[in-house]
Amino acid sequence: MIQVARRSLLSIEHLQAPEILALLKLARRMNPLKPRPLLRGKRVILLFYEPSTRTRASFEVAAKSLGAITTLIQASGSSIEKGESLLDTGYTLRAIGADAIVIRHPCAGAPHLLASHLDVPVINAGDGMHEHPSQALLDAYTILRYKKTFKGLQVAIIGDIYHSRVARSAIHLLSKFGVKIILCGPPELLPDVATTLATGVRVTRHLEEAVRGTDVIMLLRVQKERLAGLKIKLSDYIARYQMTPARLKLAKRDAIVMHPGPIIRGLELSGDVADSPQSKILEEVQNGVPTRMAILARAVGKAR
Amino acid sequence: MKSRSCLIRGGHVIDPAARIDAPMDLLLRDGRVAEIATPNKIRGGADEKFDARGLIVSPGFIDLHVHLREPGQSHKETIATGTAAAAAGGFTSICCMPNTSPVVDSPQWVSWLRQPERGAMLNVFPIAAATRASKGAVITDFRELQRAGAVAITDDGKPILSDDIMREALRQSADIDLTIVQHAEDTRATQGCSMNDSPTAFRLGLRGMKASAEASIVDRDVQLAQQFPGARLHVAHLSTADALKAVRRGKRSKAHVTCEVTPHHFTLTDESVGEYDSNFKMNPPLRSASDREALIVGLADGTVDAIATDHAPHALHEKLVEFERAPFGITGLETALALAITRLHRQYAIPLSRIVELFTSGPARVFGLRGRGSLARGSFADVTIFDPKKRWRFEASKSLSKSHNTPFDGWQFIGKAVVTIVGGELVYRSQ
Repeated sequence: MIQVARRSLLSIEHLQAPEILALLKLARRMNPLKPRPLLRGKRVILLFYEPSTRTRASFEVAAKSLGAITTLIQASGSSIEKGESLLDTGYTLRAIGADAIVIRHPCAGAPHLLASHLDVPVINAGDGMHEHPSQALLDAYTILRYKKTFKGLQVAIIGDIYHSRVARSAIHLLSKFGVKIILCGPPELLPDVATTLATGVRVTRHLEEAVRGTDVIMLLRVQKERLAGLKIKLSDYIARYQMTPARLKLAKRDAIVMHPGPIIRGLELSGDVADSPQSKILEEVQNGVPTRMAILARAVGKAR
Repeated sequence: MKSRSCLIRGGHVIDPAARIDAPMDLLLRDGRVAEIATPNKIRGGADEKFDARGLIVSPGFIDLHVHLREPGQSHKETIATGTAAAAAGGFTSICCMPNTSPVVDSPQWVSWLRQPERGAMLNVFPIAAATRASKGAVITDFRELQRAGAVAITDDGKPILSDDIMREALRQSADIDLTIVQHAEDTRATQGCSMNDSPTAFRLGLRGMKASAEASIVDRDVQLAQQFPGARLHVAHLSTADALKAVRRGKRSKAHVTCEVTPHHFTLTDESVGEYDSNFKMNPPLRSASDREALIVGLADGTVDAIATDHAPHALHEKLVEFERAPFGITGLETALALAITRLHRQYAIPLSRIVELFTSGPARVFGLRGRGSLARGSFADVTIFDPKKRWRFEASKSLSKSHNTPFDGWQFIGKAVVTIVGGELVYRSQ
């Protein structure tokens, strides 16, 4: 086993607050419309074991905006289908000359395994139910465009928290800045143990309580593909937890609504909320590019 | 020491079955214990003499739960390498699990395991499958398996979930006095789980097995066992406080219920999983600190009958994969005694005599292994001599097992086997 490459990004949990702020500052200097050749000639491999639209396209555009060469490898249509192990795939990509590997994987900890055996920066683009660090960073970037500071903020995270890597990364990140975090969802999707993840985390089963007076509402999709036998009655879920214009009114007047996507209109949020001026869902997608440019620049680029 | 007689002098004998905890000399002859007496009282010569001053002389250790991986998985372990590792750990008898490839569900495979060609260095007692291919559907012929040499019945790795099969297994157990070993896990509630349900599991994004998935099966089994007087139920690798409570209830009733605990469960907790180290992944998983404390109480107060390793070797390439995809299991034969002494004796002040009991007469009683687990005259000449004060460092790379999947690599220990004698013959001597 080797030391994890210094500029890998495996989790938010293990990042220090100043590192996060430095990344966000770097992201603010990135502009996909004004390409900077910080990664000219570098090879960034996108290794995707799971389907993805947003994250994959976003990392690819980010890498190309920095002048990198990108190669996409997906589970289907590669030797992964033939049974090649994750580590052997990693060694192969290293031999090809990868300067960084961006990995999306259905198993928690897969990026950690890769990073601890490969002297190449590894960027976690989502691992199982564990973490999705670039999403948390782009969400933080988005929040700071509307709120001056994290100080004194209250954030409600609503929905399927148990299965959500987005939630875990967001909780870690916000907690490091003292944000008051209220988690809301049914016990099957939000076990009480969630409060042990970080400091300043509270659980409620009542949406109204979670939303009242909050600055930010983060909604999560019910992940049908990860439910594994759990029986959730969707009509009950909608009745109790769907974000509607009436419920949104309970939040602060300048509260913003966020969602990592893909959104399911009529399930976790109504169409009106998705399209309301308070919704920053598409802006999050947009902010993903400069945020990921910063992550890649930190991982591979010369500039800090 | 390949000789007809051997005198072990100057040691301190601990033989809980014979209520001996005193300086004694021991004479082995023709594969049996010929004499045990106070120092310098044994007359006549011996072909071999061994000076055991400063050492503990104990009945040979018995491990009720070992995966030797033959037939079919000899890249992980063979009977030859597994028994070599066992000998180095001070074991003289090990019971091997039937979840091989194919499953040991026939008298032919039971006999095959016992053939000299397998190269066993010590006593290997096969445990046979409870159902055909351990699929949980068609019960095997226990009587035939017993005749072929099976010392117990189990579907280890998989639980016997069906009430009907378990009831029938226990009924037959009572008839022929054969122990049923249960891997207590309600697999309907543990799908996709790779560690204990805990804050650590939530943090790592891993699905967690609830303690209740173990306790509920033990509860049901104890209730079924109560219906068949004489039935012998043994709970394998018990890992939770609640399951231990169920065993206690069973022991207070008329049911014949026993249980074993592994060294890793009395040593580590689920927090040790750290950052997805698959050498901390086993089934049952490492549990909470309060479960671990409860197991230590059970080990001390007599509720637990045996320490068993659940030695489960896997090749490096099998373990070096995504945590959720890695197979369950760790090796344990060479670290069991050291963990028992370092943790239970030194840290928790459990007397050495109780620890010896958990390795000897305790397990012998669980499966009814006659002539084993004691140094009483006429017993098999299986002897473990260990140094309870020896400080040493365990290095996985030097393990005699074919696989090195242990969480204890580099650990500093107190206590080590010095000599292992099986049937009067020396099979291991430490450097």
